[in-house]
Amino acid sequence: MNKSLALTLGALLLTSTAALAQEEKVLNVYNWSDYIADDTIAKFEAATGIHVNYDVYDSNELLEAKLLAGNSGYDVVVPSANFLERQIAAGIFATLDKSKLSNLMNMDPGGMANVALHDPDNAHSVPYMTFTVGIGYNVDKLKERLGDVPVNTWDIVFKPELAAKLQDCGIALLDSPSEIMASALKYLGLDPNSENLDDLKKAEALMLSIRPHVRYFHSSQYIDDLGNGEICLAVGYSGDVFIAQDAAAEGVSVDYAIPKEGALSSYDLLAVPADAPHPDNAHQFINFLMQPEIIAAVSNYVFYANLNKEATQFVDDEVKNNPNIYPPDDVKKNLFALKAHTPAYDRELTRTWTRVKTGQ
Amino acid sequence: MTATALPAAAPRRPWTLLRRWLAAVGLSGRALVIAAPALWLTLFFLIPLGIVLQVSLSESAIAIPPYLPLITSELGTVQMTLHLSNFIRLFQDKLYILAYLNSIKIAAISTIFALLIGYPIAYFIARSSDRWRNVLLMLIILPFWSSFLLRVYAWIGFLKNEGVINNFLEWTGLIHAPIPMIQTDFAVYVGIVYTYLPFMILPLYTNLVKLDESLLEASADLGARPIRTFLSITLPLSIPGIVAGSMLVFIPAIGEFVIPSLLGGPGTLMIGRVLFDEFFSNRDWPMASALAFAMLLVVVVPIMVMQSAQSAVVTRK
Repeated sequence: MNKSLALTLGALLLTSTAALAQEEKVLNVYNWSDYIADDTIAKFEAATGIHVNYDVYDSNELLEAKLLAGNSGYDVVVPSANFLERQIAAGIFATLDKSKLSNLMNMDPGGMANVALHDPDNAHSVPYMTFTVGIGYNVDKLKERLGDVPVNTWDIVFKPELAAKLQDCGIALLDSPSEIMASALKYLGLDPNSENLDDLKKAEALMLSIRPHVRYFHSSQYIDDLGNGEICLAVGYSGDVFIAQDAAAEGVSVDYAIPKEGALSSYDLLAVPADAPHPDNAHQFINFLMQPEIIAAVSNYVFYANLNKEATQFVDDEVKNNPNIYPPDDVKKNLFALKAHTPAYDRELTRTWTRVKTGQ
Repeated sequence: MTATALPAAAPRRPWTLLRRWLAAVGLSGRALVIAAPALWLTLFFLIPLGIVLQVSLSESAIAIPPYLPLITSELGTVQMTLHLSNFIRLFQDKLYILAYLNSIKIAAISTIFALLIGYPIAYFIARSSDRWRNVLLMLIILPFWSSFLLRVYAWIGFLKNEGVINNFLEWTGLIHAPIPMIQTDFAVYVGIVYTYLPFMILPLYTNLVKLDESLLEASADLGARPIRTFLSITLPLSIPGIVAGSMLVFIPAIGEFVIPSLLGGPGTLMIGRVLFDEFFSNRDWPMASALAFAMLLVVVVPIMVMQSAQSAVVTRK
């Protein structure tokens, strides 16, 4: 990261003296880990001659920390919808120039309308992928310890007596206060968007009751660990669990379930920071990602659903027919969206999270 | 002769001019020598510390930068608001005090183990022949040539449930289910002792290698057994080395962040981790700054205790 930042800053110094009429052929992308096909960047570089510096993060919180520090040097970032919503309010993102995004017509109008609830008129963002937060598990180890219980329920995470049985084989949770606490609230039958502090206390008590059985909180390590059998249950992002399934070691079978009590669903959105050094290149990159074959290849590689209606024909059958990746309507009704948190609630949430994580 | 004398005299003149000029404004060469580190300290320590203190008195916000300015001016009035709430919270929320105490505990236990392991190694190297000594010292320093992060990652491979140690023990039949080692305090101790062991060995070695062997011979001549000689001659004389080595291990271990986050469990409470979480996960710069400021104060205390212990030893000698 530091190297690319230094390069960017150096390049900035050079170009600022020589007038920015022609943007230099560089693009700094900051995306989630394991979230692009292995050849997407190479294809973009070949098509445009723009050199891409590609860097990754694994939580919205970390991304926001970098963006709020200012002068991040990134041209394209990929926050989730509820985070983007308040980052727009903080003036972090540039308004997109839609005349440079000719492929916008490929996007699914229904999905765009959902995203517009967070980003009015889709002025600052273009949808990249949609995801759910559910349960990734090791099929054999779970059966061995729990018997034939249904797995499409938060019970196996949030019931202490069930979680206790999985303690020895390893439970991992995302290190994301917003997403995990929202799931806990939903399990308790409470509204994840109410911002009610009494409700938050109840969710905290629930989390503390299973906390002794949790091995770690991390937002990307579970991909490897599920795949090699190091852990047997993870509350994680849908596609990441499927990546673990795809890469699983011999004798390890991994699967993913959307809990029936309700699972968080959201969008990751491509956006351009207001202080991006290469906004033109950023628009080219976003437009490139809206080409049906390109984004379909990404979906095939990372097992997340895109919102490009022209791309579905290029998506592999095993991906687009998987109800956990492209949820059919009867699954969709179990999904819920998260609104942007107010700063006051966010402070309570993060403090609660610190207590939960440390078990204090 | 004249040809060489002329250019030699020329550069001396501006230097004397400068010295005269400095003397005129009241600066002697001595003051200049002191001024250099003072300037360095001001520029790279006091000013940044002042900025941290300023941020710690502010209030967090979702903005760039993510805190509100201390001084606001509106319609001709200038207002300065200082928020002490972050410092108050350091004492109200037991998390911070627990994290600090736990950091000290982990650092202290690690230091003791590093000493127990490092002392015999340093002693052995100091007593070995010249030819071997350099090879052995090289072996101590060699791991530094690879990335620290890589070495900590390697321990994950050793300690995890499906890792080298557990797989080996299961293969031998000694255990039937993996012993949980990764994501525990045990793994953190292993990581810290392993990483900081050279910092213990090197100062101990420089101390022990200077030990006057005639003292040991005298002790033996007077009928002392090797253990007695060690306890009453070698050990007391090596106390400065022990203190220096312990400080080099203890102080960085208190603020350690990488090792507990990679090897430790979520319950491994350490101040460096809490600081990272406040800054990056909670995006609460003011709270993180208050914590960093307080941490500086509380880490200075053990350092001063150790310093005075060391100077006491030196004066006794």
